[in-house]
Amino acid sequence: MSTVYAVTVALLSAAALLTLVRLMRGPVALDRIVALDVLLTLVVAGTAVGVAALDRTAFLAVPVVVALLAFIGSVTAAHLIEKREGMR
Amino acid sequence: MSAVLDVVAAVLLPTGAVFCLLGAVGLVRFPDTLSRLHAAAKAQTLGLLLILLGTATQVPARYALVLILVALFQLLTVPVTGQIVGRTAYRTGAVHRAGLVVDDLGRRLERDGEREQERENQGWERAREEPDREQGRETGGREREDDAS
Repeated sequence: MSTVYAVTVALLSAAALLTLVRLMRGPVALDRIVALDVLLTLVVAGTAVGVAALDRTAFLAVPVVVALLAFIGSVTAAHLIEKREGMR
Repeated sequence: MSAVLDVVAAVLLPTGAVFCLLGAVGLVRFPDTLSRLHAAAKAQTLGLLLILLGTATQVPARYALVLILVALFQLLTVPVTGQIVGRTAYRTGAVHRAGLVVDDLGRRLERDGEREQERENQGWERAREEPDREQGRETGGREREDDAS
C-alpha cells in the first residue's frame, strides 16, 4: 500500500511542478488564477493522501478549508479582474 | 474486506493522480486561457474525485464522509469557477473570437448592446414626452370628477 501512496504523491508532485510553470509564465492574470486553483486542488488531493498514508485524521480539516478558500479566492479574483478591465 | 478496499484504493489513487498530471500537462501546453481552463477542470473534478474516493476507502467511515463531502463540494464549485473565469476571459478580450466555432456570447452581447442602446433612446424620448401624457391623464380625471358632481 505504501508503494501506491508513493506513486500517487510522486505524480501529484509532478503535476504541481508543471502547474507552477504555468503560474510563473501565464501571460494573462486569468491563467495564473486557473493555475493557482489547480495548485490548491493538488494540495487538497495531497493532504487527503497524506491523511490516509500517515493515518493522521486530525489533518482532515485541511482539505475542507483549502477547497473552500480555493473557490472563494478564484471567484473573487476573477470578479476583480473583470471589474478592473471594465473600468478602462 | 480490507484487501478488496486496498485494491480499490490502489486502482483509484494512481488513476486520479494521472488525471491530475494530465491536467497539469494540458495547463502548460495548451495555447489560450479557455483551453487551459478546460484541461484544468478535468484535473480538478475527475482527478480529485478519484483520489478522494481512493483515500475514503482507507480511513474510518465517519472520516470518509468528510472526504466525500469535499468531493461533492468540488463538483459544485469547479463549474462555477470555470464559468466565471471563462466569462471574464471573454469580456477582457483574452479570447481570440475568430478561432471560436460557436460564439453565442458574442452574438448575445452584441444584441444586448443594441437593445441597451434602443432602450436608452426610448427612455430619452419617453422622458421628453412623459410630462404631456401625465397632464392629459390628470385633466381626464378632473373631467370625470366634474361629471360626478
